[in-house]
Amino acid sequence: MANLKLTDVAKSYGTVNVLKNIDLDIETGELIVFVGPSGCGKSTLLRMIAGLEQITGGELQIDGMVVNDVPPSQRGIAMVFQSYALYPHMTVRENMQFALKIAKMDAAQIEERVERAAKTLQLHNLLDRLPKELSGGQRQRVAIGRSIVRDPKVYLFDEPLSNLDAALRVATRIEIAQLKEQMPNSTMIYVTHDQVEAMTLATRIVVLAGGGIAQVGTPLDLYERPENEFVAQFIGSPAMNLLPGTIVETGDRTVVDMEGGGRAVSTVPSREADRGMAVNIGVRPEDFVEADGAHIFRGKVGITEALGEVTLLYFEPQGGADPVIGKLQGIHKGLRGQDVALTADPAKVHVFMGTQSLLYRDRPVKEIATKAH
Amino acid sequence: MDAALLGLSTIIIGVGGCLGYFYFSNLFLDRVLFPPKGENAGRNINRANQIRPWLFVFPAMFALGLYLGYPVFETLRLSLIDRSQDNAFVGFANYNQMFAEAKFWEAMRNNMLWLIVVPAVSTAFGLLVAQLTDRIGWGNIAKSIIFMPMAISFVGASVIFKLIYDARPEGTAQIGVMNAVWMSFEGGIGSFIFLKVFPIILILSFAAMVAYIGYIVLRMAGGVWVMVLKLVAALFSVWMVVLSVQSVWGVATANLPYGEPQQWLTIPFFNNFFLMVVLIWIQTGFAMVILSAALRGIPEETVEAAVVDGANPFQIFFKIKVPQIMPTIVVVWTTITLTVLKIFDIVFAMTNGQWQTQVLANYMYDKLFRANDWGVGSASAMIIMLLVSPILIWNIHNARKEMR
Repeated sequence: MANLKLTDVAKSYGTVNVLKNIDLDIETGELIVFVGPSGCGKSTLLRMIAGLEQITGGELQIDGMVVNDVPPSQRGIAMVFQSYALYPHMTVRENMQFALKIAKMDAAQIEERVERAAKTLQLHNLLDRLPKELSGGQRQRVAIGRSIVRDPKVYLFDEPLSNLDAALRVATRIEIAQLKEQMPNSTMIYVTHDQVEAMTLATRIVVLAGGGIAQVGTPLDLYERPENEFVAQFIGSPAMNLLPGTIVETGDRTVVDMEGGGRAVSTVPSREADRGMAVNIGVRPEDFVEADGAHIFRGKVGITEALGEVTLLYFEPQGGADPVIGKLQGIHKGLRGQDVALTADPAKVHVFMGTQSLLYRDRPVKEIATKAH
Repeated sequence: MDAALLGLSTIIIGVGGCLGYFYFSNLFLDRVLFPPKGENAGRNINRANQIRPWLFVFPAMFALGLYLGYPVFETLRLSLIDRSQDNAFVGFANYNQMFAEAKFWEAMRNNMLWLIVVPAVSTAFGLLVAQLTDRIGWGNIAKSIIFMPMAISFVGASVIFKLIYDARPEGTAQIGVMNAVWMSFEGGIGSFIFLKVFPIILILSFAAMVAYIGYIVLRMAGGVWVMVLKLVAALFSVWMVVLSVQSVWGVATANLPYGEPQQWLTIPFFNNFFLMVVLIWIQTGFAMVILSAALRGIPEETVEAAVVDGANPFQIFFKIKVPQIMPTIVVVWTTITLTVLKIFDIVFAMTNGQWQTQVLANYMYDKLFRANDWGVGSASAMIIMLLVSPILIWNIHNARKEMR
């Protein structure tokens, strides 16, 4: 029902810049997930869209209207808070009616909307209970119900699942996904620090880091073609391995001589001028395979973790860098202490020059924190 | 012996006695009564541990029993006998005599007046100050200043206010603030606004507040007793509204003696309010501190949710914040009510019950220690206890509920 446009939005407290240069276009019907490490400003950005925080620079448009100075209730948004923020002295029904009563809607219409929301969220038999008589998951549903009745243009979710236990979190995540399917025209913005939630729910993910946007894209885009080392390491678990090397061959395929011996081939194209440049090769643990001939990396296995489905190999650190991690499918025994050589499919080898991927070399380098974890 | 030396030795004997009691009583329990050895060692340890709490509680229970429990029964006995007739049992004669006295009913009426006005005004002001000082930089300084009267004794506060109400002969400088202000009114338009329009607005807003509270109480759900309570509260608020409308008429038609210094404490009926101001001045700080803490305890996100829901600041305050701290408001209200029921010092120090300002506690003091009428004095003490007990029980009940 609405599109959102953020133009050069910034937030500062006095001289401290929390967010800057936020440019974002959100289409009607999208479910956008803001994800990032704690303190990256993702909740602040959401609260700025909600109107709970002053926007100190740039412009926010909802449906083509600048709403920087419009009070929250008139922006056509509804928000679901991390702690649910239900009014403890009101029943579920009164909680859902509150906004409509404030808006002086007539009683019959209020009743109808509450009924409809209760039906959608299966809250029927809970309507006359107080919040303290509900379980965490039920409270979460009431909080969502409270926003549905207002029929907003944009739904804002601030880490809605972080107070639930693991099993309930998965169930509620699926409920939210189903809810989104039932309301294909509503725009949703969802803040989380959990990359699984981000990957499973999002139409597009916005990765925030160091007060700016590190990359915007579909979940698989971020996984397969990360723009910079930060996104590469933030998305995926365990994080992508970064190994230093020097470009020796350029063209459609780039060949890199690794510092630790070995040689990597990537399908990422490079230019003639790049020859001899220092780069970081990025390979996801799950993309490593045991090498027969040429290898990208060779090392001694320090610790192994057998998870049944996969086996994680932690190689002994070389030269003070983070330990290289490999993830092999299935069960592999007796690898501990062994010398193992690994290589990867050239299509899955990323090349980063000065933290920026060569795939996106024409985009301006973003000022972000360089480490994801 | 020197006074300081006497005090010091009292402290040493008192504290040493306490320590000695706890040490030696526990020693006796563990070494002599139930020693943790021999064939019944396990049983003895359990028994000793069952008795031990009573060793600690006993001194307090004994002291409270002697100084609070026993006097209740002794007062009850005294209220039923006549000392001048050789302690003969006279039944309810003392009570009957007291109920026939106009001064007693004056005290009852004034006590009720205090009961209505002081807790309501103190709580309302406390809540107002707590809310207004919550978000501002110098709020804490303002709060400290408003809290300060709490540190002044009732008698000290009474002396301060006696000076405020002081009157000097016409033509000389007025040292009392009230009369200094009063003398500046001469009957013009300013006087009309301040002494007619302003009080009328004040009374009308009081009426509106009472009506609103009555309306809230009326909407509460509950069983039969709550229904009865609701009805009483509703009738009470209607009565208050009627009284307010009458007072508005009174203010509008009153002929004010401009230019003459007033002996404020001798003006019947209104002098009660001049006395109440002293207690309100003191108790507002108490209400503010407790309510301020309660307001801080409200989850910020519920307020933000209300902002997103479109509530304006007044709606947020009355529909989100106040209902959430309602249990605390009730506790503050009843605590102040208890103080008010026992009010003595202020009346004693300022008017001593003259000019129709008598209250029950001062009436009791008058009878018991001035008129030496032990029967009627004890009877009035029993009346005060009867009035205080239900509120006290309710207060403890509420305070416990909130602590859970």
